[in-house]
Amino acid sequence: MLQLLQIELFKIFRRPRTYISFVAIGAIVMLILLAFYVDGANYMAFGLQSLTQSFEIQGNVLNGYLICFIILQTLLIHVPLLIALVAGDQVAGEANMGTLRLLITKPVSRTNLMLAKFFASAIYTMMLLVWMAFLALLLPVLIFGTGDLMILKSEEVVVLSKADVLWRYFAAFGFAAIAMTTVAALAFLLSIFAENSIGPIVSTMSVIIVFTILSTLDIPIFNAIKPFLFTTHMIGWKGFFDEPVSWQQVLQSAGILIIHIVGLVVASVIIFRKKDILS
Amino acid sequence: MGAVIEVKNLVKAFGDLLAVDDLSFTVYEGDVYGFLGQNGAGKSTTIRMLLSLIRPDSGNITLLGKSLLTKRHAILRQIGAVIERPDLYKYLSAYENLSIFARMSGIKPVNRSLMDQLEQVGLAERAHSRVETYSQGMKQRLGIAVALIHDPRLVILDEPTNGLDPQGIADMRNLIIGLSRNLKKTVLVSSHLLSEIEQIATRMIIIDKGKKIVEGNVDELFHPGNNRVHLEVAEQEKAWQLLSESRWGQNLEREDNAQLALQMPPEDVPLLVQFLVKNEISILSVRKANTLEDYFLSLTAGKQHVAAFTN
Repeated sequence: MLQLLQIELFKIFRRPRTYISFVAIGAIVMLILLAFYVDGANYMAFGLQSLTQSFEIQGNVLNGYLICFIILQTLLIHVPLLIALVAGDQVAGEANMGTLRLLITKPVSRTNLMLAKFFASAIYTMMLLVWMAFLALLLPVLIFGTGDLMILKSEEVVVLSKADVLWRYFAAFGFAAIAMTTVAALAFLLSIFAENSIGPIVSTMSVIIVFTILSTLDIPIFNAIKPFLFTTHMIGWKGFFDEPVSWQQVLQSAGILIIHIVGLVVASVIIFRKKDILS
Repeated sequence: MGAVIEVKNLVKAFGDLLAVDDLSFTVYEGDVYGFLGQNGAGKSTTIRMLLSLIRPDSGNITLLGKSLLTKRHAILRQIGAVIERPDLYKYLSAYENLSIFARMSGIKPVNRSLMDQLEQVGLAERAHSRVETYSQGMKQRLGIAVALIHDPRLVILDEPTNGLDPQGIADMRNLIIGLSRNLKKTVLVSSHLLSEIEQIATRMIIIDKGKKIVEGNVDELFHPGNNRVHLEVAEQEKAWQLLSESRWGQNLEREDNAQLALQMPPEDVPLLVQFLVKNEISILSVRKANTLEDYFLSLTAGKQHVAAFTN
């Protein structure tokens, strides 16, 4: 199993397309940093306009922690596409290349092959998030320094002291890893049914878009299903920036996402074990 | 010699299409076994079932004395296969591809053994080039190297000459013969080309619409004492009259394009030529018929097969 995982990781990281995601995240972070570096003061003045009429704000509000929060809000919406790019290619890409039939003729079990491929996708997802954390947290902190984190919410303003922020980011990235692994598991499952990777990638994004719309629409008929949609829980990382942290909600969301991951992977294995390889 | 492949009453349907219909055959140790049929006859489906890519609806497959259903891993360790196109990871080198599949076959890849294997198929100099830069023939040879890297007892090749140029086809033919003669492998090779099977196989099966038509030794199936010879002459009518009155007259047939056809033992061909020359008949060509093709047609009585089976 470990050997299979090594092989799958080798294949993923030897493909040029794998690095598109790393380059894309790097480019977006750099653009956001450049924008804040050049025009951050004006942006902050505009954003805090209504607040400064009633309150006096002192200190370095435009700091690395705030920029990291903004980057996370922006990027975590788009990262599923980058995850699906690799996870959706795991089986469908092999079928398209014609290598799937060669893999199956080797003395390895289909279950182990599927698990190795999924874990390789999950490791890729983790590495992408580590890269994102490195760029989104370290670089802004180096350029803009640290300070208290002020978050404007619809009904309140949360101010977190700078000593109380860093652990929340690590926890948020950990949660994001679970959320993105759910996306990887979905793309992986859809990958089994296709013979080119475009289908699973588009299907994954379609499911996420439809579920996200259902999650955000405030219509009574959809309220009953919202708690069961994984997209409802993917934004659970924001709970770490509440004061105090809503642990019950965060843990519940994490639990539901993990159940989704297990369910999707088990379904993938069962379906693939019975599948006729005709590619 | 023991049976290496034993297939009994194999059935596979895709919806309403019965791809393999109660098929049974046996391949013995040391055979180069020709698996012959036109496109869509069920060859690839059968081979995919032998390699556990497709589940049969019913029937039994025993490979190397073990049931494929219960001993899949142990069996696949001793099988090397190229199925249709030799598709490999195009973004990796030949060396990396070989290394991956060696590890998946349960052997530890050592630089020397990998290079030796690539040397054997003539790819050592391009070992570290990406496969996407290879020609079709080179990919086919790499596919063979991948199939043989774990020294299997049984080699299964599905349409190995597809897409190859004449030199590539000749190389592949020699390689298959070498696998059997020099490396003592049992080889199952499928093809829709009669001439290919005729040149390399020791035993063969012909299938049509998923059913077995005939199975046996290639030599026995061809009836070597009764070859068909096509004769092209300048004056067909004169030759026809002359030959009708000769000892070959009973097995003489008239064909289109100034040709005549005769059933005769091979040793009679020089005598026939001498006879015609002596009687001042200009011979344009003398050609032995593709006997397997004729044989197939006699079994299926299907003229529609001619196109598919003509090289």
